[in-house]
Amino acid sequence: MFVYLLRRLAYVLPIGLAVSAICFSLVFLAPGDPLSAVMPADASLELIEKLKADYGFDKPIPVQFGKWVARAVQGDLGISLATGRPVNSELARAISNTFVLAFFACSFGFTLGLAFGFIAGYWNGTWVDKVVTSLAVAGVSVPHYWLGMVLVIIFSVFFNWLPAMGMGSGGSSEWAWDWEHLQFVILPAITLAMIPTAIITRTVRALVADILSREFVTALIAKGLSDRDVFWHVVKNAAPTALAVMGIQLGYLLGGSILVETVFSWPGTGFLLSVAIFQRDLPLLQGTILFLALFFVFLNLLVDMVQTLLDPRIRRT
Amino acid sequence: MKDAPYGATAIDLQAAPAAPTQGYWSAVLSRLLRDKVTVVCALVILALILMAVFAPWIAPEDPLKGSVMKRLKPIGSEGYPLGSDELGRDMLSRLIFGARLSLVMGITPVLCALGIGSLLGITAGFHGGRVNTVIMRTIDVFYAFPSVLLAVAISGALGAGITNAILSLTIVFIPPIARVAESVTTQVRALDYVEAARASGAGNFTIIRVHILGNVMGPVFIYATSLLSVCMILAAGLSFLGLGTKPPLPEWGLMLNTLRTAIFQNPWVAALPGLMIFLVSFCFNLLSDGVRSAMDVTR
Repeated sequence: MFVYLLRRLAYVLPIGLAVSAICFSLVFLAPGDPLSAVMPADASLELIEKLKADYGFDKPIPVQFGKWVARAVQGDLGISLATGRPVNSELARAISNTFVLAFFACSFGFTLGLAFGFIAGYWNGTWVDKVVTSLAVAGVSVPHYWLGMVLVIIFSVFFNWLPAMGMGSGGSSEWAWDWEHLQFVILPAITLAMIPTAIITRTVRALVADILSREFVTALIAKGLSDRDVFWHVVKNAAPTALAVMGIQLGYLLGGSILVETVFSWPGTGFLLSVAIFQRDLPLLQGTILFLALFFVFLNLLVDMVQTLLDPRIRRT
Repeated sequence: MKDAPYGATAIDLQAAPAAPTQGYWSAVLSRLLRDKVTVVCALVILALILMAVFAPWIAPEDPLKGSVMKRLKPIGSEGYPLGSDELGRDMLSRLIFGARLSLVMGITPVLCALGIGSLLGITAGFHGGRVNTVIMRTIDVFYAFPSVLLAVAISGALGAGITNAILSLTIVFIPPIARVAESVTTQVRALDYVEAARASGAGNFTIIRVHILGNVMGPVFIYATSLLSVCMILAAGLSFLGLGTKPPLPEWGLMLNTLRTAIFQNPWVAALPGLMIFLVSFCFNLLSDGVRSAMDVTR
């Protein structure tokens, strides 16, 4: 197991480097020459010189990449063209807001997904199963940015129960754990939770139905185990896969939050990305994507490790 | 053989060689036609495609012609059966014309990725060894990005535009398709009949054409159909973010974005384009499930 974990850990480094390379190369995808892509239109002569030196655009591309990575590792992701502030400080604020949103979306979506999945899998083939499965198909088919709009129409426009956008009254972008702020997080969290809920429901349903159809469950029932004990066996067998799906979904949720954050003007990484796109702010775009992608890589690593610890079958191979 | 009646012996079959045994594809078709949900979904998609093709003849108004006086009419207004948008353009006509770009942007990336991805996957799976390592490890890198993020990153850097959006979505869908193609090819390559073909002197190209393609493209095709719904949502999402279609062209995602400011005046009109995206994506999902179970030989 130790060797496996070590190998898995060693695998992260090349992937991380390759991910950085893709983020770095975004500058070259942009129309125009790369220098103008990372420079504000009204840049002063000193700034141009500084950027030239920072990026080394006169040097070969591998050297440029090396410089960029070296600075990124030290936390220097360049300067945002839109605000003139360092990208990492912009990012730091946005990340905490996105994590708040993701926390609520996950708590809501994962609980619901697990519950629905278990229910549908346990009563596989009954009307309950059919209802849950149809809901889940609808759930993965809903464009979540539209679902957000519909929720706003219902709960903000018609009933006026919840705020339509923002993170706090008066355009605040500081989170606090009180009812006032909670009101703002409800609609975006539900919207963001939609797809993970549906996917987890489908996965867990298939998983539970499959486990229940295996011979060892029949043996357990024949042995006279109570429903509760049988259920516990099912949980233990379903846990590693369910956990892996949840981990991946958390990553997708963070990546997919751009659309939801745009709908609700939630000041997180997704909103930052849409600002970066709208203002053609490439350093901000690069930095945000680098962070989110590396976080996803890290999340995958974590999922694999936890799965290895949980599942003795993986441990032995 | 797979369609031989249960319990039929070899002698029975020999005795009646002319008995019409159903071929694989006609069996798939008849199973599909028996599945009501799938048939309805296929008809809906077909109707929408026809609507997109014949849009100029169906739409009552010019989708680009606005009127300052007639902005944001509610659903059911006179002359505007589905209301009008924030520039006074007829919503029904814009929804009908919007199907063109929305469907093209939702389907083209999957088709392109199906071609490129299966080429890469089959190459990697068939050659194995170093070729496999190079191709599949490169693909692993793209797996390190959540799909929405990758699409946004690429089209964000390339800039707005229909071609750029299609390109970025194609890149997003190549890795998963290549993975499926690679794993199936690796399995098929190890089968005895491929070995037999090789022993009897068939070249690589012949083996791929005769034995690999037929076996690999089925599962890959099924998988690709399941991506259509995701692609519809993502393509419209890119336009929603301002990364796909540019105004004033009608496209559902973009319409949803420009109507977003109108949700307080005329909420239901603003929600209509999203309903269309949902409808298409829902039908694609059910259609894909139907095709999957119809093509599943083991059942």
